[in-house]
Amino acid sequence: MGRYTLRRLLQFIPVLLGTLFLLHYLQSLSFQINGNPIRALFGDRQPPPETIAALTRAFGLDDPCLTQPGNPCFGLFFDRLGNYAQGDFGVDFNRQSVIDLIIRAAPLTLRLTFIAVVFESIIGIVAGVLAGIRKDKFIDNFVRFSTVLIIAVPVFVLGVLVQIGSGLYVGTWLAEQGAPEWLTATFSITYQSDHPWASLLVPGMVLGALSLGFIARLTRTSLIESMRADYVRSARAKGLSGTRVVGIHALRNSLIPVITYIGIDVGALMGGALVTEGIFNIPGVGGLVFQSIRSGETPVVIAVVTLLTMVFLLTTLLVDLLYAVLDPRIRYE
Amino acid sequence: MSDQGTPGIREGNAAASTRESPAGHPSDDVDDRDDEAQERGKKERNASLWADAWRELYHNWLFVVSGLLVLIVLSWAAFPGLWTSNDPSDAGQCELLNNRAPPSSEHIFGTTVQGCDMYATVIYGARPSIIIAVVVTAVSVFIGMAFGVVAGYYGGWIDTVISRLTDVVLGLPFLLGAVVFLALLQDQNIWTVAIVLIALGWTQVTRIMRGNVIAAKGQDYVEAARALGASNFSIIMRHILPNSIAPVIVLATLYLGSFVSAEATLTFLGVGLQLPAISWGITIAEGQLLAVGGFPHLLIYPAGAVIVTVLSFILLGDALRDALDPRGR
Repeated sequence: MGRYTLRRLLQFIPVLLGTLFLLHYLQSLSFQINGNPIRALFGDRQPPPETIAALTRAFGLDDPCLTQPGNPCFGLFFDRLGNYAQGDFGVDFNRQSVIDLIIRAAPLTLRLTFIAVVFESIIGIVAGVLAGIRKDKFIDNFVRFSTVLIIAVPVFVLGVLVQIGSGLYVGTWLAEQGAPEWLTATFSITYQSDHPWASLLVPGMVLGALSLGFIARLTRTSLIESMRADYVRSARAKGLSGTRVVGIHALRNSLIPVITYIGIDVGALMGGALVTEGIFNIPGVGGLVFQSIRSGETPVVIAVVTLLTMVFLLTTLLVDLLYAVLDPRIRYE
Repeated sequence: MSDQGTPGIREGNAAASTRESPAGHPSDDVDDRDDEAQERGKKERNASLWADAWRELYHNWLFVVSGLLVLIVLSWAAFPGLWTSNDPSDAGQCELLNNRAPPSSEHIFGTTVQGCDMYATVIYGARPSIIIAVVVTAVSVFIGMAFGVVAGYYGGWIDTVISRLTDVVLGLPFLLGAVVFLALLQDQNIWTVAIVLIALGWTQVTRIMRGNVIAAKGQDYVEAARALGASNFSIIMRHILPNSIAPVIVLATLYLGSFVSAEATLTFLGVGLQLPAISWGITIAEGQLLAVGGFPHLLIYPAGAVIVTVLSFILLGDALRDALDPRGR
């Protein structure tokens, strides 16, 4: 286990640096080719050159290498790494620290991710197990068909359709019936800060829907595979009951890949909520990226994405270590 | 094998489903099995993997239906004129006065926000999505296969470099990465969207190909070919590639579907195709707000087109995977 952990940690460092450098290089390249992003702030107006120069300096974009196309700007990259290490991710165009913006938005995204993960794990695993133990029966075909359907619907289409169905039709009907306020908040078109959990329920389910499809399919195939294994046959031959064979012997082993998938999904969902947060108007981290793209604040986009990428890579690392704890075949490789 | 135990499933990418093993076997060919056994008794079949797969697919109604749907959508993209005589990008085809009209006998799907015929818009909207999906899939499968074969076959430092590069690109969450790259570009059109998706898309193919090549390389027939003096190039072309390409073909089919979906998503987010282009993503984005206001047809038809297209590609890929994986038989 120790050697595996060490090797995995050593692998993590170049990947982290490489990914950060990739983001840095693309940003530099875009400035080198498209010119100073500060100028875009002023739209059609022509600000005095001194203003632009002062602002450029304030945002740390005055490095001469940003005017030389193709220059990888290593100096700037190492400066940035130093700043990141001190928790400094720069400021947005209103002089607010990016890290503060993220800290303000994070609780919403975490709540949304939590709802999505609980939803997708419970429904996904139950559906997968039901399909797996009744292979080729009605329930199996039903689960297989509905998961393919879920996977085929792009998140933004699902989000928009659910928003209209639940928010507009159900929500309006409930309001007419005089339903309690938390219930109408659950079925509302947008996020309501008075109901921080209820109004995130439906968006969370939309966010988790795609992974629900994958989890159900993964559980199903993995369970079917372990049901064929010798130890399951032995357990049956011993005369154990069906529930015990499935629940204790087969399911525990077949859940290992599922847990790994869920772990990585947590990392992905925290950054991947861009679409869902955009549609349901949730001021989380994804919403922050969305707004910054709209207003052309590329440095903020890069800073937020850099931080999210770090979170994502760190979750992946933890999941890999957890995987080794759960599955001895990995750590004794 | 440095990336053993790194589950390469991220962001609900199509590749996630290729990781599942092929236990899902179409049940409808169970009946054929007895006949086949009898047939085998009569004459010795020369059954390659592909011949077997084709026979299985031919009897699978899901494959036939989804294949037909894919052909229909491809024909929308290639020859939209076959399906409708009015091109929404022609002058005079759209009447702004007649916008958002509900379905009628003249406009069977109603009209769009711009007053164009919705049916024609859906047909013409297929082209950018399909071009992007086909180009991105072809190029990223080619790059991914080349990298995967080189890394898997030669090993050593070249494998280390390629594998770490794959890890770095996979380190970016897919959607977030695409959004950032596109936001950094000054103008966004079909080709910039395609380039960004290729830049992020080749990694899964590389990983799968590398693993398959490493497995195929250890086989006895490769040893035998080498002992007979075959060159590396001919070993790769004649022995390694044919024996490791099947999962990549399945992945490519799933890729086609997920890139249709990715293009529409990026366009919807405002970093993909821009007006006046005609695309499903744009039509959905336009219809989104007004659909809430009581014009559901603005959303239902373009969204339906995206869903049917992606669904057909996924079903096609599923059927191919079941047929091409001999372990499922």
